[in-house]
Amino acid sequence: MKGLALRVAHLFPKLMNIYGDRGNILCLQRRCEARGIGFEVEGLELGDQLKAKEYDLIFVGGAQDREQRLVAEDLVKVKSRPLEEAVKRNVAVLAVCGGFQLMGRFYRTAEGEELPGASVLDMHTIHPGAQAQRFIGNIVVEWNGTTVVGFENHGGRTFLSGNVQPLGHVVAGFGNNGEDGGEGAVYRNVFGTYLHGSLLPKNPKFADHVIEAALRRRHKDFRLSEIDDAVEHAAHAAAVRQATRRSIIR
Amino acid sequence: MIQRTAAVAAGKATAAVSRRFRLGGGTALPGLVAERIDPDVIRELSAQLSEGSVIVTGTNGKTTTARLLRGIAKEAGLRTIANRAGSNMMRGIAAALVDAAGWSGDIASAQKRLGIFEVDEATLPLVADAVRPRGVLFTNLFRDQLDRYGEVETVAAVWRAAVPGLPPEATVVLNVDDPSVAALAAVAQGRILTYGMKDTSSGEGKLEHAADARWCTVCGNELEYSAVIYGHLGHWRCPKCGNTRAEPDVFCGQFQAEVNGSRLTLKLPGGLVEASLPLTGLYNAYNALAAAAAAAALGFGRPAVQRGLNAATAGFGRQERMRVGGRDVQIMLAKNPAGLNQVLRTIAANGSNSDLAVFLNDNIADGRDVSWIWDVDFELLEGKTRSVTVSGLRAWDMALRLKYAGIDGQGASPHVEPEPARALKRALRATPEGSTLYVIPTYTAMLEVRDQLARWAGRGAFWEAE
Ligand SMILES: [Zn+2]
Repeated sequence: MKGLALRVAHLFPKLMNIYGDRGNILCLQRRCEARGIGFEVEGLELGDQLKAKEYDLIFVGGAQDREQRLVAEDLVKVKSRPLEEAVKRNVAVLAVCGGFQLMGRFYRTAEGEELPGASVLDMHTIHPGAQAQRFIGNIVVEWNGTTVVGFENHGGRTFLSGNVQPLGHVVAGFGNNGEDGGEGAVYRNVFGTYLHGSLLPKNPKFADHVIEAALRRRHKDFRLSEIDDAVEHAAHAAAVRQATRRSIIR
Repeated sequence: MIQRTAAVAAGKATAAVSRRFRLGGGTALPGLVAERIDPDVIRELSAQLSEGSVIVTGTNGKTTTARLLRGIAKEAGLRTIANRAGSNMMRGIAAALVDAAGWSGDIASAQKRLGIFEVDEATLPLVADAVRPRGVLFTNLFRDQLDRYGEVETVAAVWRAAVPGLPPEATVVLNVDDPSVAALAAVAQGRILTYGMKDTSSGEGKLEHAADARWCTVCGNELEYSAVIYGHLGHWRCPKCGNTRAEPDVFCGQFQAEVNGSRLTLKLPGGLVEASLPLTGLYNAYNALAAAAAAAALGFGRPAVQRGLNAATAGFGRQERMRVGGRDVQIMLAKNPAGLNQVLRTIAANGSNSDLAVFLNDNIADGRDVSWIWDVDFELLEGKTRSVTVSGLRAWDMALRLKYAGIDGQGASPHVEPEPARALKRALRATPEGSTLYVIPTYTAMLEVRDQLARWAGRGAFWEAE
């Protein structure tokens, strides 16, 4: 696979970089380079145009409320059209936490204000108010016959509709809304999730799934080779133990 | 009065029982009990202190700064009352006051007594209302245990709301290098004293990944830095609205790192102070500067500041040194990305053959969310380690982070041993005699590890026989 490279657009790396999002980018890079696949990442900030054709994967992370507002505005005004275009072309999108919420149709804040989202995923998020319980803690999700582990920390409740499926089902933790057992969202090659921690390093199978989805657009049937994930698997298993132990106590 | 007497007595009895049966909790439980009986116990007891009280708050450096300020106050001829490190909520402050009070319910010798309280960022309004401080020192505001507080911006808002309500006689001491602390000057009603780092030569030059508040507090634009000291602390200005770091009243004009400490030239309102601080790292120089500024606000003379800083000793788990089995063990508490980056820089500067033991817990006091370790620049230690042992409840998360940073001891991966005592033994064994073992624990791990090391201190290399 000479000349093969994963080309990543990192949306708002300065504004949305909370909860160890750097680990996700480091992981994509490391897992590509371990297979001799080139890795290019470009940060796009407020006002920067997103050229949908130039990327295999678009990543967006989490943020604090103040930043989320600025980002929401930019997403709608500048980036929602090219994002829509990218999704149609099967470009992969990985949106975590605040970035996940903003991929929906709208986010209603604790004060009741409605921030329009990029509408890439047919879903919406509602914050039931400052007094409502915040969903905080370790979380384990059943996904694709295995598990994905991480940490969630969100006040907003997300509800999926239309063709959007949950990424997985909650084994321990709260998930999208604490009611329907769903966590995250999948539509075409768009993956959304509340899991950070960082998400990808401890979930090597899911990381490879996203990389493969991104590369298959240009390289049909592409498969990643195995690499040494001993520490990754140990960290995954330990996180599962920690999350399930705690949830029994709760 | 009767109510207070009962409250103090109950608190003191609780403390005695806790000590007798080694229940722990002696730093907070007596305060909790006393407050239940007399909700005004803090207000009433602190009002008896002849020199009043001063509050130290902020994310990083509270404990060390408060400790340095105690040393300075002592040199100024005062006695102090202080809460114990980490017990920085209302109950911890109540416990300290109850401890200083006699069974009669009054502070036994309130003359020439100053209260120095380190206070949790979010608890500041409550404590300030109860103790009516003479001074409040705001050090900095970093990402810390997001799962507990929600967001940095939330704490900033709590502070902005609290400052206008401080007693008019209280001096507000502000770090101008931190944009969100500097912004408090606009809402302060009383006297303001500012401090900052003038010598930026040992700073980081550019913003590190852990940097938080790099947005203008007035207009929201991205700030520009002509110099970064650490994290988001530095010489900043907003290119859009002109909001700029003000020249501080008190500053550190020269910082020079030495092997076991640093030399500081501090400019105070009355003149210069040359101090020889026995604590390493730029972040400790910052703590010394903060303590000197608070001392200036309280009217202490320059000789007291100099003697107090020169005589500084490390606090509980903060650069504390112990001798165990012929090895020097140095405990460096890890609280958040910016603080830990400073610790790593200090270790990296001390040589290229470091022996490390890292303990990552995720109990409530550590922060339940371990994602912060991905914002720490462990890459600073790449190629600089001889042995690395990883332990704690989230040992494997740390092992993975270190794998990504390319950190390994002698070509091997970090050794993972989740059980702390076994991990310590392994790390000591891997550290050559006469060398230093750097122990980097999160808060609850520090309590555990420190206890264990203290029990071994002074003994020979007993693990060799095992
Ligand atoms: Zn501005």
